[in-house]
Amino acid sequence: MIRGWLAVAVFAGLVAMLAFGLTRDPSRVSSPLIGLPVPAFQAERLASADEHFDSTALRGEWSLLNVWASWCTTCLEEHELLMRLSQQLALYGINHRDTRDEARNWLQVYGNPYRASAFDEHGEVGIELGVYKVPETFLLDPDGVIRYKHVGALDEEAYQEQILARIREGRP
Amino acid sequence: MKRATAWSFCLLFAGSTCLAVDEAADERYRNLLYELRCLVCQNQSLADSDAELAGDLRRRVQDLIDQGMSDEEIIAHLQARYGDFILYRPPLAWRTAALWAGPFVLLALTAWLLLRRIRRGHARASGSLSDVERKRLKDVLKRGSD
Repeated sequence: MIRGWLAVAVFAGLVAMLAFGLTRDPSRVSSPLIGLPVPAFQAERLASADEHFDSTALRGEWSLLNVWASWCTTCLEEHELLMRLSQQLALYGINHRDTRDEARNWLQVYGNPYRASAFDEHGEVGIELGVYKVPETFLLDPDGVIRYKHVGALDEEAYQEQILARIREGRP
Repeated sequence: MKRATAWSFCLLFAGSTCLAVDEAADERYRNLLYELRCLVCQNQSLADSDAELAGDLRRRVQDLIDQGMSDEEIIAHLQARYGDFILYRPPLAWRTAALWAGPFVLLALTAWLLLRRIRRGHARASGSLSDVERKRLKDVLKRGSD
């Protein structure tokens, strides 16, 4: 009798473990940067090589830091949402592994939701931020601390539940 | 940068020691790449992956070697940005204890169960017969000889 129950328990445990393992998305890796200040980096701005984009300036208000590229087709999926969000949130871009011409052209065709974009031609900034899949979106609080990272296209649901919820919670 | 100066020294004082130093650095570079995972393809190390990210990370590893960082420092540098997942071999920690110890625990458990079963089988085979069993055996043998 005990042996029967033991077998059932072992089987149930196995099913639970496999269910957990199979329903996890292995391409989503949690970032060790969450809870830390955004890494300090300086880069040229996409708009002009003479101007600089300084990550330490990203403070004073909640902001989104979005990693994008003109070659990134998934970026188009979230673009409409970003355009909408840009009217209520400070939105900054990191143009990842791109060319200036193509990136600027992309913004002209689809619209520019960013206050400014850093031009990360060789992916150096991407490494500082632990970027491994474009697009990625970081939520920064007014102290410049990374509070959340979204990998893949941002959607309304993730915006409401992960981003807006954190901003509301953090507001005094 | 340092690498460039090292090479110019080599050219100045052309000697075999310079080559040896460079070979050691190259070997460190190759060994490190096998310790680090490409996060795009996930089941490939940086040494094996063709992904663009892997190329960027290889360049970063080379830069850090040139800056004089130790292997541990380079691994910590990338771990701080990408997390434990960048390590091709998961670190030994309490979080990963089940991962490392699991196979050995299972092996010990199976060995124990197997041993117990074998011993039990032995005990049954070598045990003496009860009176009832002896009688039954005698009956069977008698019937067989008729």
